[in-house]
Amino acid sequence: MLSAEGLRHSFGSVRALDGISFTLSAGRTLALFGPNGAGKTTLLKVLAGLIQPEAGRAVVEGGRAAVGWIGHQSHLYGHLTVRENLLFWATLYDVPRALRLRRADELLRRLGLADRADVQVRVLSRGLMQRATIARALIHDPRVLLLDEPFTGLDLSAAAEFRELLTELTGAGRIVVLATHNVDEGVELATDVAFQSRGRFVHFEPRGARGPSDIADAYRRTVASG
Amino acid sequence: MGDVLRHAWVIARKDLLLEFRSRTAFLSAAVFTALVLTVFNFGRDPTAVATIDLAPSILWITFIFAAMLALNRAFQLELENQALEGLLVAPISRRSIYWAKLIANLMFVSVVEAIGLPLFVLFFNVPIGNVLVPLVGLIVLATVGFVAVGTLFSAMVIRTRFAELMLPVLLLPFLIPPLIGAVQVTAALFAGRPLSEVEGWLRLLAAFDMCFVTLATLLFPATVNE
Repeated sequence: MLSAEGLRHSFGSVRALDGISFTLSAGRTLALFGPNGAGKTTLLKVLAGLIQPEAGRAVVEGGRAAVGWIGHQSHLYGHLTVRENLLFWATLYDVPRALRLRRADELLRRLGLADRADVQVRVLSRGLMQRATIARALIHDPRVLLLDEPFTGLDLSAAAEFRELLTELTGAGRIVVLATHNVDEGVELATDVAFQSRGRFVHFEPRGARGPSDIADAYRRTVASG
Repeated sequence: MGDVLRHAWVIARKDLLLEFRSRTAFLSAAVFTALVLTVFNFGRDPTAVATIDLAPSILWITFIFAAMLALNRAFQLELENQALEGLLVAPISRRSIYWAKLIANLMFVSVVEAIGLPLFVLFFNVPIGNVLVPLVGLIVLATVGFVAVGTLFSAMVIRTRFAELMLPVLLLPFLIPPLIGAVQVTAALFAGRPLSEVEGWLRLLAAFDMCFVTLATLLFPATVNE
C-alpha cells in the first residue's frame, strides 16, 4: 500500500505541493499528468523519502527498501560496467548474494542489454542508459515503483518492452506511480489518473473505460487551459 | 553500527574501484605532492634556516594540500548522474555514506602520503629511519582528523558553485590545531627528543580525531538532505 495524507511543501515562495492526499493498493498504477512546474517530481521525491514534506505524511508499505525510483538522472556510475552497477545497487538493497547475479542477468536480458553487460556505462547512448536505469530501479524487486518520465530516450521497441514489464509487475501486485507528459503511454498503463496543477490534484479518479483521447481532452480542459 | 559499516564498505570499495579505473584524482594528488615538495626544495634558502627546522612544516603543509585535492573528489563521484540521490533513496543509513567517504578518503590520502614521504626524505635529506614507526603512527593519527573534518565539509560544499574554493576556506581554520600538533610532534621526532615531551600534542590529536569523527557522523545526514 502507498498513501499520502495532506502533503504540503514549498520551495521559497513557490508552493510545490498543496494538500495532496491519495491511497493506492496493490496492483494499481497511477498516471500523473501535469504541466511543467506542477509539482509532480516533488511529489515523487516526497514519496521516495528524498524530501521531507513541510506538512502531511507519505507511507510506503515496506519503507525505503520497497521503493524503486527512476528520477531525471540514471544514478549509474560511468566507470563501472552495467552489470557492476546493478550488482552494486543490489548489494546496497541487501538482495541475497545468491540472487544478485541471476537477477541482474535476467533484467539485462529482458531490457535488451545482455550484450552490453560488461560495457562501462559512460559509453552507452541515452536510450541504452535509460534501459540500464530501469534495470537499476528493478534490481531489488521493489513493491512500489516511482517513475518520473521513465520513457525518455527509449526507442519504440524498448518502450513497448518496458510497458509490458510494468504490466507484468502490476499484475504481480506491484504499485506504480508514473509521472509523464505522454498521455497515450500513461493512460495505457494506468488504473488511476491524476491531473496535478500548482501543487494540487485537480482531478483524481480511476481511469475506468476511458481511452487516451478522452483523458487527453479532460486534461486539456482542466489543466492546460489554466 | 554493523549495517552502517557494511554498507559503508560497499560504497567505499566502489569509490576505490572508480578511482583505480579513472586515476584522475590519484595522479593529480601525487603530481601535486611532488611539485609542492620541489617548490619548497628550491624556494628556500638553506643557509638561513636549517632544513631540519623547516622540514616538519613542509611535510604537513604538503600533506594537507594534497589531501584537499582528494576530498572534493569523493562526493564529485556521486554527482555524476546524481548517484547521491540513489544512495539517499536506498535503505541505508545516511551515516554509512559518510563512513564510506571517510574510509575511501583515508585510503586515498594514505597512498598519496606513502608516495610523498619518500619524496620528502629525498628532497630534504631528513633521516627518518630511526623514527619511521612513530612517524607513520603520527601520520595516521593526524590524517584521520584532517580527513574526518574534510569529508564532512566536502559534503557541505559539493553542491555549491565554487566547491574547490569553498573547501579550503572552510576547512583550513579547523585544521590549525591538529596541524600545530602534528608539526610539533614531527619536530620532536626529527630532533630525536622523546615522545613524552610532546604527549600533550599527541593527546590533542587523538581528542581531535574522536571529537570530529563523532561530530561529523552525527551532522552528516543534515548536510545531504534536499
